[in-house]
Amino acid sequence: MRFADTLRFARDAATGYPLRTALSVLAMSIGVAAVVILTALGDGARRYVVGQFSSIGTNLVIVLPGRSGTGGFNPANAITTTPRDLTIDDAGALRRASAVSRVAPLAVGTSEISYGGRLREIMVAGSTAEFIPIRNFELAQGRGLPDDDWNRGASVAVIGATVRAELFGNEPAVGKLVRVGDRRLRIIGVLKSVGQGLGMNTDELVIVPVALAQAMFNSDTLFRILVEARSREAIPLAREQATEIIKQRHHGEEDVTVITQDAILATFDKLLGTLTLGVAGIAAISLAVAGILVMNVMLVAVTQRTGEIGLLKALGAPARTIRLAFLAEAAMLSSVGALLGYLLGQLGAFALRQAFPLFPAYPPDWAVIAGLSTALGTGLLFGVMPARRAARMDPVQALMKH
Amino acid sequence: MALIELTGIERIFQLGDSTVHALAGLDLSIDAGEYVAVMGPSGSGKSTLLNLLGLLDRPNAGSYKLENIDVTTLSADELARVRSERIGFVFQSFHLVPRLTAAENIALPMTLAGIPLKERNTRVAKALVDFGLDQRADHRPDQLSGGQRQRVAIARATIMQPALILADEPTGNLDRHTGEEVVNLLEALNASGVTLIVVTHDPTMGARARRQLVMEDGRLQSDSAKP
Repeated sequence: MRFADTLRFARDAATGYPLRTALSVLAMSIGVAAVVILTALGDGARRYVVGQFSSIGTNLVIVLPGRSGTGGFNPANAITTTPRDLTIDDAGALRRASAVSRVAPLAVGTSEISYGGRLREIMVAGSTAEFIPIRNFELAQGRGLPDDDWNRGASVAVIGATVRAELFGNEPAVGKLVRVGDRRLRIIGVLKSVGQGLGMNTDELVIVPVALAQAMFNSDTLFRILVEARSREAIPLAREQATEIIKQRHHGEEDVTVITQDAILATFDKLLGTLTLGVAGIAAISLAVAGILVMNVMLVAVTQRTGEIGLLKALGAPARTIRLAFLAEAAMLSSVGALLGYLLGQLGAFALRQAFPLFPAYPPDWAVIAGLSTALGTGLLFGVMPARRAARMDPVQALMKH
Repeated sequence: MALIELTGIERIFQLGDSTVHALAGLDLSIDAGEYVAVMGPSGSGKSTLLNLLGLLDRPNAGSYKLENIDVTTLSADELARVRSERIGFVFQSFHLVPRLTAAENIALPMTLAGIPLKERNTRVAKALVDFGLDQRADHRPDQLSGGQRQRVAIARATIMQPALILADEPTGNLDRHTGEEVVNLLEALNASGVTLIVVTHDPTMGARARRQLVMEDGRLQSDSAKP
């Protein structure tokens, strides 16, 4: 039998039993749609987290006080066990490192801001002029912190978009005097709205010079030092140099932890990538089930069409022709199911993206390809057995069942 | 020249513990162009003989020469090919594929043989006219009368221009009038040179054949050609 005729014959056979065909196509399409949607969810979560981490800055190295790892015996450890705090001078020293392009010390605390009778709880970030570019913030109005001596805390502040909207409404904010805690500060800039960023809502932030923040909170320590490496390749070197410089300043004691944004990113990337893979594996089980269903349907088809198989044999069809006809039918069921499932899955992912615009629910290519080929593979694999059974039938016995 | 030569054919079935000799020591020779009726009571081996002649079944012993080729030695696929090219079947229950139209059912043997669509269409168009089915080409079997269905089946059996037509109770599911029509059709085919072998219960139909074979217990009880 010619190839086109085999396909036509299989198509007519499949459409001759619409309910059975529709059910097995549905099963297969649910399997494929599950793979597409679940991996879209998993990969969406990965992209979302990676995107969030990327938004805190590029090529970032973060220095935090206290050591998390277990070091070897160090004479310095024997003398003192409490870690030294990070200071503004530590941050200043990091500017000497060759692999570092920018440094921003960060002291944080909560306080209240008031203007014209309105009072609002806010988070105060004490830093320097370079904080805004390192964190990839942008100014909507005015300018950033002055680039002067880090130990001189001018009475100025840059405020977040929400703070401005709540306190000033439609009035211009730049140039106004506000009260933060017990100090009067002049607003010199307003940040552009960026929304949520890793637990810290930047729209509700008030940025002041680091020395001022320390004076406000009556402390001379830093919460973090943000270091920006010169390039992506320079990140490991920047990390090494930062560790070394702080160690020297702290009398040979390595009492800080230096983490790179890259490492955090890679960890989350790997974690959520594995999760996606696991979810895809679970979804693949439904594909195997669908494959078995196709086999069932084909076995029923072979039994139901026994008389027809006998006729085909009497009319001179060799075993191969009959095998191919039934295999083509199984392949058709699973490929139509796979295609339909792919469309359903993409539609589902699209609906997810519409419902949660922040969540990039795109199915990864590998999952789509693997899902489709598993569907076709199982369909064909499970189609072989019924097709062979049909081809092996005894023509006399088959003809009697009509 | 003999179209069919059977010598010492044995066909044995195992039914539980007992062995049934469906055909036993059968010798038979049929010439090309003959019109033979096979008769006998149920279980006499008529259908087994027909299946054997149609290459759907193999004998346990003996030789079967079809057009001087010993077909007992051929493989399953070679037998399929001989069936496709040399033998046409007409069944009591018509055996039409329900989802295919009359034209598609007639074309089925050519489709299976891989004949190009264009040639199929010309041959089917001619057959539809010859068998008076040109108004029914696009009808499915359930939209056809019994007589029309059997005409479709006969058209299908002849579309590959076989040397031999095997008909198993071709009028068994038809009323007397349409049965008559079908028999006339088969006889007309025989008149054009095709060898016709009919299995039948109906004595009047059997009497119309030029040669009658009567079977009993797997043996040839009488053969009108050898009185």
